[in-house]
Amino acid sequence: MNTIEREVDVLVIGGGTAGPMAAVKAKQAGPDLKVLLLEKAHVKRSGAISMGMDGLNNAVVPGFATPEQYVREITAANDGIVNQKTILAYAENSYAMIEELDRWGVKFEKDETGDYAMRKVHHMGTYVLPMPEGHDIKKVLYRQLKKNRIEITNRLVATRLIVGEDGRIAGTFAFDCRTGDFHVVRAKSVVLACGAAGRLGLPASGYLFGTYENPTNAGDGYSMAYHAGAELSGIECFQINPLIKDYNGPACAYVTGPFGGYTTNSRGERFIECDYWSGQMMQEFHNELSGGNGPVFLKLDHLAEETISTIETILHTNERPSRGRFHAGRGTDYRERMVEMHISEIGLCSGHSASGVWVDEHAATTVPGLYSAGDMACVPHNYMLGAFVYGRFAGVSAARHAQVHSHAAVAASQIEAERQRVWAPLLRESGLPPAQVEYKLRRMVNDYLQPPKVTKKMQLGLERFEAIREDLDLLHARNPHELMRAMEVHAIRDCAEMAARASLYRTESRWGLYHARVDYPERNDADWRVHVQLHKNAAGEMACFKRPLEPYVIAMDQDEHAAYQKLRIHKEAVPA
Amino acid sequence: MSFPTFSLAQQRTSVPVRIDDEKCIADKGCTVCVDVCPLDVLAIDLTRGKAYMAFDECWYCMPCEKDCPTGAVQVDIPYLLR
Repeated sequence: MNTIEREVDVLVIGGGTAGPMAAVKAKQAGPDLKVLLLEKAHVKRSGAISMGMDGLNNAVVPGFATPEQYVREITAANDGIVNQKTILAYAENSYAMIEELDRWGVKFEKDETGDYAMRKVHHMGTYVLPMPEGHDIKKVLYRQLKKNRIEITNRLVATRLIVGEDGRIAGTFAFDCRTGDFHVVRAKSVVLACGAAGRLGLPASGYLFGTYENPTNAGDGYSMAYHAGAELSGIECFQINPLIKDYNGPACAYVTGPFGGYTTNSRGERFIECDYWSGQMMQEFHNELSGGNGPVFLKLDHLAEETISTIETILHTNERPSRGRFHAGRGTDYRERMVEMHISEIGLCSGHSASGVWVDEHAATTVPGLYSAGDMACVPHNYMLGAFVYGRFAGVSAARHAQVHSHAAVAASQIEAERQRVWAPLLRESGLPPAQVEYKLRRMVNDYLQPPKVTKKMQLGLERFEAIREDLDLLHARNPHELMRAMEVHAIRDCAEMAARASLYRTESRWGLYHARVDYPERNDADWRVHVQLHKNAAGEMACFKRPLEPYVIAMDQDEHAAYQKLRIHKEAVPA
Repeated sequence: MSFPTFSLAQQRTSVPVRIDDEKCIADKGCTVCVDVCPLDVLAIDLTRGKAYMAFDECWYCMPCEKDCPTGAVQVDIPYLLR
């Protein structure tokens, strides 16, 4: 196994959604810069949208919504804990990004006059733009990477960021998951776009890779940002999604909603007003699942044949094309049976909720020269379009930084220490198989962190995660592929500890089920209308602290603030 | 009738990705399914010149099946969640 060193100007880690956009925009902002896109899998089919996407969840399109309305909607959906400037920056740039993607060849649904066919799914405004032919979005991105002559390396697993002696970012360490070669990539600026921490909780099936998120997104980015000294935020606001039971895909009530589909209890009655995913919606979902009217279903069996065929085409060819195969295996036909739903495993993902690396409205983290975008960067409810918009911000910011800074000096001891850590599982002659350690770790995450959250259980969970830290030094990999799994276990363990510590720190309940604390059941705005930040402190320990909210740039009225608190349909409101 | 013996415990698994050897053209140099897998779980058996699933770590996301030029790849839902 060799050690390979190289030097670039801008390094983008992660070739899924935000990463390719960041690389293209960095190159366009600085055509003379050497831009490298480093990917763990293969850029052609990597990340959360490897098989495409069936729609935009948060399109701010003139005539349907204004940026100010969108900021108010997300401020309410995230129970007030937002840096509005970051959401406003997204919203103001959302439409220009849709137009650019349209020019690049991404297909959005349009009406007979050529206008975007917007749908209302959110509680207050209209933000959903379907993409029934959104299956080739990765191909569109790949063409742009080629057109802009972006250099790409596939199958390199980034392990830790390199931090210069002056505290600036200096590049990354990585290894090749096929050869085991150790890579040292020096850069003047780095964009982290590694996706969600999707392999945190264990799916109820017990299959390690049957996760909601692409399981390649194991939380590597969260762990790398943490060890580089970056602040993370909102980690306690978990990602939990309403999925088809046993299958890892969403039932997609918000896709079927405009066609007349909806979420029901076992009596076929609606119980939530709005199918847009929020912690409050998930709390109602949880209440219904565990109550006498459970479980919960997606109801389509009342719809006309043409409508059901259209829904099947959208849901079975896009984003999760194996869905039709799953239903066929269970004998579920939308025409005859409702689809049983359940709650997903927990994860960290700002694309859906709010957990991520703290970034400002230019995608800058708290580490000089380090930028972040996509599911792992804290801009609540940012989804795919937010990943593109912040990918653009991150690329431009990283290019500007690289144009005025040199490479930071790096201590040789840092390189040697990381090479030893990474190669250790391969050099050991025996030890623990990575899959077994991962299974146990993630089962403990389910046992101790799955909401509703209980203080004593989370403390016990922390003890278990500390014990598993000792096991990391016993991990054994028989080949570079197993080494990838072994190093992912390190990242998953870090994320589990972060999830427990941030959840213990915020002694109130907020965001519905995402942070429902049984022993602190009330929301407490007097003490907790703040961000909870998590970082590695001067003593090298994981610590939390409060960061005050920035003053809102868009004023909220009381009704708007409370809009997401009123999602349950009351019995008398249900038509007979 | 004789049964095989084992020296150390080996977990058996029914793998979700099946390759039709008749259709697979890995022996002609094709590596499409191996290239596109986000989890890098497919490999080419060099002695047979055919693709196979080397690791049971599947997201059943299906690029391997969709991108295969000869239709040799079939992705099943993993048994545990079928």
